[in-house]
Amino acid sequence: MSDKNIVLHVENVTMQFGGVIAVNNLSLDVPEGQIVALIGPNGAGKTTAFNCITGVYEPTNGLVEFCGLPMVRNFPRGKMKKQYQGENADKYIHDPAIAPSPDKITELGIARTFQNIRLWKSMTVFDNVLTAKHMRAKQNVFSATFRTNAKEERRMREETEALLAEQDLLQYKDELATSLPYGLQRRLEIARALATEPKLLLLDEPAAGMNPQETQELGAFIQQIRDEYNLTVFLIEHHMDLVMKISDYIYVIDFGSEIAQGVPAEVQNNQRVIDAYLGVSEE
Amino acid sequence: MEKTLRKDPAKKIGSAIAVCLIAALYIFLFLLDNVLPANSFTLMLIPVLKKGAIYSLICVSMNLLNGFTGLFSLGQAGFMLLGAYAYAVFAIPAEQHPAVYQYFDGGAIGFSIPEALGKLLGENAGAFVGSILCIIIAGIVAAAFAALIGIPVLRLKSDYLAIATLGFAEIIRAVFQWNSLGPVTNGSNMLRKYTSFSAIKIGSVKLATVFPFLIAMICIGIIVLLINSSYGRAFKAVRDDEVAAEAMGISLFKHKMLSFVISSFFAGVGGALLAMYQTTIQASAFKSAMTYEILLIVVIGGIGSISGSCIASFLYIACNEWWLRFLDSGSFFGISVPFFRDGFRKVVFSVIIMVIVLFFSRGIMGDKELSFAGLVRKFQKKSAAGTAKGGAQK
Repeated sequence: MSDKNIVLHVENVTMQFGGVIAVNNLSLDVPEGQIVALIGPNGAGKTTAFNCITGVYEPTNGLVEFCGLPMVRNFPRGKMKKQYQGENADKYIHDPAIAPSPDKITELGIARTFQNIRLWKSMTVFDNVLTAKHMRAKQNVFSATFRTNAKEERRMREETEALLAEQDLLQYKDELATSLPYGLQRRLEIARALATEPKLLLLDEPAAGMNPQETQELGAFIQQIRDEYNLTVFLIEHHMDLVMKISDYIYVIDFGSEIAQGVPAEVQNNQRVIDAYLGVSEE
Repeated sequence: MEKTLRKDPAKKIGSAIAVCLIAALYIFLFLLDNVLPANSFTLMLIPVLKKGAIYSLICVSMNLLNGFTGLFSLGQAGFMLLGAYAYAVFAIPAEQHPAVYQYFDGGAIGFSIPEALGKLLGENAGAFVGSILCIIIAGIVAAAFAALIGIPVLRLKSDYLAIATLGFAEIIRAVFQWNSLGPVTNGSNMLRKYTSFSAIKIGSVKLATVFPFLIAMICIGIIVLLINSSYGRAFKAVRDDEVAAEAMGISLFKHKMLSFVISSFFAGVGGALLAMYQTTIQASAFKSAMTYEILLIVVIGGIGSISGSCIASFLYIACNEWWLRFLDSGSFFGISVPFFRDGFRKVVFSVIIMVIVLFFSRGIMGDKELSFAGLVRKFQKKSAAGTAKGGAQK
């Protein structure tokens, strides 16, 4: 891989639910400024891997580093001590476990979108983005209630307006978020994630449910925001055209384990990847 | 940005109307207290207005939690009880202690805040400032308990949270009736003789009805400011989608706790006002039925609507205490009706509530707010349409 700084470093992450291993000993690196994709057939464990990184799940074993600092670390504990079937059970046992909640991870600079859009339904487009700015605002509940933070509030509103203008969403700003067409809802979800001022953007199937035309636009859009906001992008996707076109590097997983990695051209011709997607003949 | 900040005329007219109406309301209340003669009409109207104002505050505080943060909590009666007792305990004058705490040797607390301030500032000012101070203490006590029980309870979701908070309210009610706490809470006996609304006056000018309105309006104003602030938006985000809120950096625990503590603070203030209104309080009155009553008002008014809660409070109290009274009296315009006896009011009331729930399933206001600017806009549109029509006819 390139000699660029590694933004996200995932090492030996295993997620076991009861007796099922959803992610098995996954290791990967996401270098700064690149677009890295995680692909795999349905049920391969892609979203579970995302949830381990963003703090929704606590991985059973393994380490996640963000910008060189350990962010999530765990080893098989409690009930899992006996049940654990994965590898490297002793590797992280000497360090204390770290399990921050999702909001802490977002504060560090990782923002995400969701596979099935999760916009705040009762809010307008403008308020959806404005609310995502809440975390970074310098205020407390008293200064916010009694309006002594007027400057901060004005700054948040101006930034929101600017962000919506950049994403071509300004004309819809007073509409309910859920009344937007599907493609724009996806775009709004990305805009909302950008409002948290992330360094790393995780996109969970951003092109799900889009037609080829929209998918193509989305690809250009992802590259554009990567350049404009100095982002690193890590995405899960099923549309192979999109993945092959925009990714700098690809990891392929199946049944929770990595089966291939490389630049798009390598992955495309990898026999194991083809087998995983198309199946192997009996003979 | 400047364009959006520029005030539109409808908003200006709307806020002017609102200010005028509020001023008119206070003048009316002031006249009620001091000038208007006491007749059968005002004798019914004044208590309804006082209790309506108090219930507005309590319902808005519950709406903040249930409607705006999406936490289904049923602990409101418990926090009201804490507020009411905190108020009463600190507002009973010293010389009344032997009479009130007759079974507990005059109680453990030998002073009262309004009285102590009265010595410094004069009797009337002491009662006024002292009761406000006691009301604030009441809120703080309720908020402190909320912070304490919030730590375990707020980890629960939906129905489980409701069960836990309901249990808390019942436990509090039982604890306050416990004899060992008698020197403070007077056991299961009532607390009385503390500063009530009738003691609130400036010189010889009585403010008995103005006072609860003033306190309730300030508190509701603060809640409205909170809801329209950045924190209010965060509360709504937690209500709409917890997973998304957390992923956007909104700490669930912190914001749920904030909402719970603030809501309990105002429930405590409401409890203190209720104590002032009733002139006597007893822990056994703060049953879970009281929480359901408040929940009912919130649902009738519209979950997520402040003005809905206020309107529903006044309507509910007026129906319950005044307009439907005749159903219990045994006669209707002089004709005696055999149905109309004690309890029939409740039957009619239940039917009315069922009708409301069936035909206004989202409450009177839904999640909208009553806005004079909106009404002005509607009126302008109508008159514009009217003139356009008139022009066409010519």
